[in-house]
Amino acid sequence: MFYEVTEEALDPAALVAAVRGLGAGGLVTFVGYVRETSDDGRPVEGLHYEAHRELAIAELRTIGAEASTRFGEARVAIAHRIGELGLGEAAVAIAVAAAHRGVAFDACEYAIDELKKRVPIWKQERYLGGDARWRENA
Amino acid sequence: MTVRIVAFARIREIVGSGAFEWVAQDGATAGDILAALTTKFPQLGDLTRSIRFVHGGAFAGAATVVRDGDELGLLPPYGGG
Repeated sequence: MFYEVTEEALDPAALVAAVRGLGAGGLVTFVGYVRETSDDGRPVEGLHYEAHRELAIAELRTIGAEASTRFGEARVAIAHRIGELGLGEAAVAIAVAAAHRGVAFDACEYAIDELKKRVPIWKQERYLGGDARWRENA
Repeated sequence: MTVRIVAFARIREIVGSGAFEWVAQDGATAGDILAALTTKFPQLGDLTRSIRFVHGGAFAGAATVVRDGDELGLLPPYGGG
């Protein structure tokens, strides 16, 4: 499968290509984008992401392996961007293929939920006006 | 003993460096070292209970014993996704 933490722009189509196959009757993607407003309503200029890259990739791999068996057989690809991202750029992309849609939906949701909890990646919101704040997942 | 501290994201900003040498007592655990660092950098106080450790290239618990020359990574709460 396909797990990466990269400074390059994400290509969700490459993840789809990595997991699809003739046995896959359903394919679910999730893409997380940089939003123009913070949770508390502040105008955002962009995001800065950083990672413990080695452990982040290892943990993505572990999550992918869990997601690919937990709900039924599935194929999983996960990519996370790091570095400086502008509004509308993709920060995370997940593709899951399975024989039937239920498994693919469940595995995709599991993958993004676990990524937020377990993968050593950090996000700083940069605001119009120049200040910035580290933002942590609940 | 001397250990190498590697600090990420918010922790790096609080301690002012991404990597530095730190003198600790022989036999100190990761948790002991974090407690000592928190004395020097009180702003870590809010974070200490949620900081995770990296030792020997893997996630490690606060009870992990750190040896002279080891590297100890300090991970603040995550924000990926």
